[in-house]
Amino acid sequence: MKVASPEIVAPDNRTAEQQPHWRQEFPIDSPQDDYRSRRDFTKLMVITSFAFFVGQAWIVLLSRLRRARGEAPLQDIASVDELPVGGAKLFHYPGPGDASLLVRVSAGQFVAYGQKCTHLSCPVIPKPKAQRLHCPCHEGSFDLRTGQPLAGPPRRPLPRILLSVRGNRIYATGVQQGVV
Amino acid sequence: MAVPEANEFFVDPSRCIGCNGCVQACTECDTHKGYSMIQLDYIDRADSPQTVPVVCMHCESPTCAEVCPADAIKRSEDGVVQSARKPRCIACNNCVLACPFGVPKMNTAMHLMMKCDMCYDRTSVGKKPMCASVCPSQALFFGTRDEIERLRPQSRPLNTFKFGAQVIKTKVNMMVPARSTVEHLDVVGALYEPTVGNQLEDSLSLDEIGDGE
Repeated sequence: MKVASPEIVAPDNRTAEQQPHWRQEFPIDSPQDDYRSRRDFTKLMVITSFAFFVGQAWIVLLSRLRRARGEAPLQDIASVDELPVGGAKLFHYPGPGDASLLVRVSAGQFVAYGQKCTHLSCPVIPKPKAQRLHCPCHEGSFDLRTGQPLAGPPRRPLPRILLSVRGNRIYATGVQQGVV
Repeated sequence: MAVPEANEFFVDPSRCIGCNGCVQACTECDTHKGYSMIQLDYIDRADSPQTVPVVCMHCESPTCAEVCPADAIKRSEDGVVQSARKPRCIACNNCVLACPFGVPKMNTAMHLMMKCDMCYDRTSVGKKPMCASVCPSQALFFGTRDEIERLRPQSRPLNTFKFGAQVIKTKVNMMVPARSTVEHLDVVGALYEPTVGNQLEDSLSLDEIGDGE
């Protein structure tokens, strides 16, 4: 359905043909304002579909890159005797910029998590007595034993760093991204 | 629904008695969210009780819509310029400053410009706007051109205004004396033209001051 466009009355008193293009794009009359041409609709659909396609391609590219990077390296973090029960140690794993925390929960159990809070990436602080990892930025809390969010704004668990004890040494063997 | 083409708005300030009935009635209109969109202006409050009701004139080329940067002010197909659209209005006050008649009102709390929309909920179903329905002297008259010609033989409607170089044609008519030969109302020119009573008062008071010294 084509909306009949009325004679444009502009302050400069020029005819509709002499008016700049934006006057057709931003008409004052609501019937013209509500009108969408088939061409405009098709253009919107094509551009939106293309944006979706680009987004999908970007996701595929990222996952390929991640796979190409290969297995996380084995890294010597600390010795078993180094930490008392309730003690924590900061280390960087898998890359030099990824701060992580190793916490000795009990005599026989160690846990390690990425230090970045999953809300806005503030570093979390271990609170072993409360069995929590605390984020002071927005009062977020994570369970020390599982890394699951307990309170505050974070909704996703902290990335868990897989540990392996060989002899007297503790090694980081991989990162387990948190799943909700 | 649209306002029937035969029904027109006629404003006759010379009949206005300043009763404020229109201002009160305007708040009752459903499309005004409880706010009065009509203004009762005093011409020269110190010297005269004359008042003028100011409703939206619904211009052919609405200045408020021309200056709106958010594309929020739209005119429906019957030529009624509506209040700003809530999702678009950015409360920038451009329309308030630009309108030569001083009609749009900014509601700061609601971040929305609202203006006289000729009581669109009423006029679009054939009723009169609130102000015209209560006006006891019918300074605000809503009806057909035949009616106004029959009721007001001394006046004729005029809908062309001049603000400096800007000529504005409006949907709402202003009543002028039937014998006058004016083709448009020069609003800016009228600002510099003192009223007769004003001149007399001024000269009298000046004389009095002169005598006193």
